[in-house]
Amino acid sequence: MKVIASLAAVGVLFTAACSSPASNTTAASPSVSFQSGMTPGMSGSAMPAMSGMQSPPASASATTADSPAPQGGTAVSISNFKFNPATLTVPVGATVTWTNQDEEPHTVAGKDGSFHSPGMDTHGTYSFTFTTPGSYDYICSIHPFMTGTVVVTK
Amino acid sequence: MSAEHDPEGMTRRQLMRHSAWFGAAVVLTVAGGEVISHVAGSAGAAQPAKPAMRFAQISDSHIGFKGPANTNVTDTFNHAIGQINGLDYTPDFVIHTGDLTHMATPDQFDQVKHMLGELNTPHVFTVPGEHDSTDDAGQKYRQAFGAGTRGDGWYSFDIAGVHIIGLVNTLNMQKLGHLGADQLEFVEKDVAGLSSDTPIIVFSHIPLFAMYPDWGWGTDDATQALSYLKRFSSVTCLNGHVHQLFSKTEGNVTFYSATTTAYPLPAPGQGPAPKPVTLPAGKLRDALGIREVSYTKGQQSLALKDQKLT
Repeated sequence: MKVIASLAAVGVLFTAACSSPASNTTAASPSVSFQSGMTPGMSGSAMPAMSGMQSPPASASATTADSPAPQGGTAVSISNFKFNPATLTVPVGATVTWTNQDEEPHTVAGKDGSFHSPGMDTHGTYSFTFTTPGSYDYICSIHPFMTGTVVVTK
Repeated sequence: MSAEHDPEGMTRRQLMRHSAWFGAAVVLTVAGGEVISHVAGSAGAAQPAKPAMRFAQISDSHIGFKGPANTNVTDTFNHAIGQINGLDYTPDFVIHTGDLTHMATPDQFDQVKHMLGELNTPHVFTVPGEHDSTDDAGQKYRQAFGAGTRGDGWYSFDIAGVHIIGLVNTLNMQKLGHLGADQLEFVEKDVAGLSSDTPIIVFSHIPLFAMYPDWGWGTDDATQALSYLKRFSSVTCLNGHVHQLFSKTEGNVTFYSATTTAYPLPAPGQGPAPKPVTLPAGKLRDALGIREVSYTKGQQSLALKDQKLT
C-alpha cells in the first residue's frame, strides 16, 4: 500500500474509521470519543484548532528569595527529604523558620490546616508564628512521607 | 500489503538506525486473559497490520527546575518533543504523565502548555504531578489543562476500541499517592458498561503499584481502583513520577513506569532520598527519553518501545 498512509491521516481525525474491523487497510486515524461531549486535553499542532487555551491567572509565586539563616532554637532545616530537627519545641509566640537545602522543592503543611507554605525552592524559606500552645504535626505536601512536629509551650 | 507498517519490521529498522535502546522493544500479546510479553523479533510473530492506535508518552518535564542534574530542562523537553515529531508516523495522541512544571507557577504552566502545543499530534492529554499541585490542590493545573475533565481533573475516552482513563493521584496525600472516594466511584461507573475484552489503559502520575512506598512511590487506594478492572483481559497502567523505566505484572495488569525528560532519580532505596541524580557530563540524555505505545486490533496486542533522548 502507500507509504504515506499515516501521513495522509493527519487532519482527518474525526472520521469514524476506527470502528472498521479491517484496520490494516484503514488509512485514517482512529477517532477519539469522549463521554457526554467532554473534551479533555488540548490540541497538538496537527490539529489547526487550538481551542481552550487560556492564560493562567496571576497568582502568588512560589519562589522565595534567599534569606539569612534563622537563628538557633526556631530554625528547621530541610535536607535529604527530612525536617531537622524533626520535633522542635518553642515558646508560644515564637516564629519558626524553615529553610530548604534540597535541590527539590518542599512545602510545610500543618495537618490541621493552620499553616501551609508555598513551594520552597532550593534555599527558599518559610516562617510561621505560633500563637497558640499545642503540638503541630506537619508534612511536606509534595513528599508527604516527610513528617515533622512543632511543639508550642506556654 | 502495507509492509511499511509492520511493527516488527519497523522495530528492526529502528534498531539499525539507533545503536542503543533503553531496553529491547517488548511486545505484549493478550490472549485468553493472559499477558505474554516477548522481545520483539524473538517470537517471529509477523504482524502485517497497521496498528489501530499509536501514541507517545512523555513525563516529568519539570519545567522551571534549575539544578546541576539538568541545567536546561527546557532544552531536553524540546528535544523530546522534536523526537516525537520526528517519528515516521503521527501519533494519535501524546500523553504527558505529570510534573509538567517544577513549581506550579503560572509562568511555568504557560511555558509548558506552549511547548506541548508544538507536538505534531491531534491531541495532547495530561495528568497532574505533585509538582503541578504544590500549594493550591491543583487549581492552576486545572486552569491550564483541566478543560473537559471531571472532578479534580480525571477523565476517560475511547479510541480504536481501547478505553483510556486519566487519573489524578497527587491530591490529599497522606504518605502515598491517593485517588479518593469520588475518583474511585468514577472508575467503577466508567468501566461498568464495557465488555471485558475491551483493552484498558490507565494513566496516572504516581505509580498505581507499590514501587517503593518509603519514598511515596505507590498509591494507597489503588487496589480498589484496580479491583474494578479485574474482569478485563488487558489492563495497562502507565505512570511517571519515578524518573526511570520499570515494569511489573500483577495478574491481569501490567504497570510501566516511564522515564523523564528532565533528570534521573535514584533506583528505589539507593541513597537517603529520591533526590535528583547528577550524572557525569554527556550521560544525561541516556537517562531521559520518550515512549511509543501501539495497539493492533485483531492481534489484540500492545507494544511499548522506550527510546533514549537523542
